[in-house]
Amino acid sequence: MKYIVAIIQPGKVEAVYNALLEIGVSGLTTTEVHGYGRQKGKTEMYRGAEYIVNFLPKIKIEVAVSSKMAGKVVAAIKTASESGKIGDGKIFTLDLADAMRIRTGETGAEAL
Amino acid sequence: MFKLNIKSMSLAAVFGLLATPALAQEVPEHGVYILNSLLFLMAGFLVMFMAAGFCMLEAGLVRSKNTTMQLTKNVALFSIAAVGYYLIGYNLMYPLGTWSVEGVLSGVFGVAIMEAVGITADAADDISYATTGSDYFFQLMFCAATASIVSGALAERIKLWPFLLFTLILTAIIYPVQASWKWGGGFLDEMGFLDFAGSTVVHSVGGWAALAGALILGPRIGKYKDGKVVPMPGANLPIATLGVFILWLGWFGFNGGSQLAMGTVGDVADVSRIFANTNAAAAGGAIAALILTQVVYGKVDLTMVLNGALAGLVSITAEPLTPTLGIATLIGAVGGLIVVFTVPMLDKFKIDDVVGAIPVHLIAGIWGTLAVPLTNSDANFGTQIISILIVGVFTFVVSGVVWYIIKSVFGIRVSESDEIAGLDKSELGMESYPEFSR
Repeated sequence: MKYIVAIIQPGKVEAVYNALLEIGVSGLTTTEVHGYGRQKGKTEMYRGAEYIVNFLPKIKIEVAVSSKMAGKVVAAIKTASESGKIGDGKIFTLDLADAMRIRTGETGAEAL
Repeated sequence: MFKLNIKSMSLAAVFGLLATPALAQEVPEHGVYILNSLLFLMAGFLVMFMAAGFCMLEAGLVRSKNTTMQLTKNVALFSIAAVGYYLIGYNLMYPLGTWSVEGVLSGVFGVAIMEAVGITADAADDISYATTGSDYFFQLMFCAATASIVSGALAERIKLWPFLLFTLILTAIIYPVQASWKWGGGFLDEMGFLDFAGSTVVHSVGGWAALAGALILGPRIGKYKDGKVVPMPGANLPIATLGVFILWLGWFGFNGGSQLAMGTVGDVADVSRIFANTNAAAAGGAIAALILTQVVYGKVDLTMVLNGALAGLVSITAEPLTPTLGIATLIGAVGGLIVVFTVPMLDKFKIDDVVGAIPVHLIAGIWGTLAVPLTNSDANFGTQIISILIVGVFTFVVSGVVWYIIKSVFGIRVSESDEIAGLDKSELGMESYPEFSR
């Protein structure tokens, strides 16, 4: 099993959700997060004074899938969230040791 | 049954009037009294609502950790103004010819007294003018507006009770004394100083008191760091924008009511002119700030546009009657320009004015007062300048002394850790949005 964490632009959540639904991903979790990458922060103006925003808003998507699905999921997230501009985000793939569905107690791939 | 009788009686009276053309043409003497009083009441509740406007503007431009405190200060200062003005302020402002120092200090010290219940025309204080109750109500709202100006500038770091103590002194003594010089028939009025609805008497006075307070209080922690200005964006721009629209609405009462009469064709026409000019100036101020922030900073800054509209309103307040609509728009537009240039200027001097009260009320107030001779030949620049200086020096010095004494005796500033935690938690223990996660 793989645990896929994607940091994407807030405006791309809907597209990623639709793309993952289409390839049969049965659940995902999103979180509003703030951070910086190579893009760094940005400069804003307020009442005539410049200020730097160090952490930009992003959405973190987390999804647990079987190992054979992982490649398809990563590709789907990439395609759906790509704009080609700096700041599109990153996708991390982690090995997932186990999972459990709380209601039934099922474990492993059964629980996904 | 009783109600029905009254209704049919008044209907009969109306038909009686219609049937007698000679009577229908002119307003009887007490008609002027009634219409003038009606103007004061209508305008008074519009100006009252400006308290809500100031409150929302300030609540929107502070950070969310100080919202409850800003709301608390606004409702408290409005209420304290009502007490201060009642106890001594009203009679200090309107000596009606009884001076202890001729033209400078009223000789009437005591509480405001209205006419008795259910008076007849003979018992009216001034049947040629308006009811004392309506006049008191209207004038109190101006006094409260002056206090509202101060709270925004000093937000996010001043303690509640010392601020309210200053509010009491401002509304009971400082504002009424200087207002008597012009509106109470004092020496500035004798000199020929013109300030229709108070660009100087109300707005600059609030601004001077705020400036003195801001200097003695100091900037918020972290506002000026390593020679740079660190902006602290307001938490809720929809609320700030609503506040400005409320102020804009209230200003029709502020300026329109200051005609002080609505019982003749001429007066009604003048009140109407004032409403239209007041709106024009606000529009001019907003548009000037809109264009200027786009050109200077590359993006429109909503908070500056909001300040620009208010500066336009302050600018037209000294003379909302004589300008044409076009000139009123331009007078307001200059107010908008002033805001865009003086907000960063105050930051250069490290004067931390959270909502822009000093540029809007003090500096645009001075401009508005100087603009009177442009359209009103009864005014002259010399008298306007001297009056601005006299009122400014008096208010700034007295406010400064009062702030200094309050600071020395009670302290005016919250502790560093309380300021960082936010005044809502540290001073009040009550957050504005307790269900929001952070």
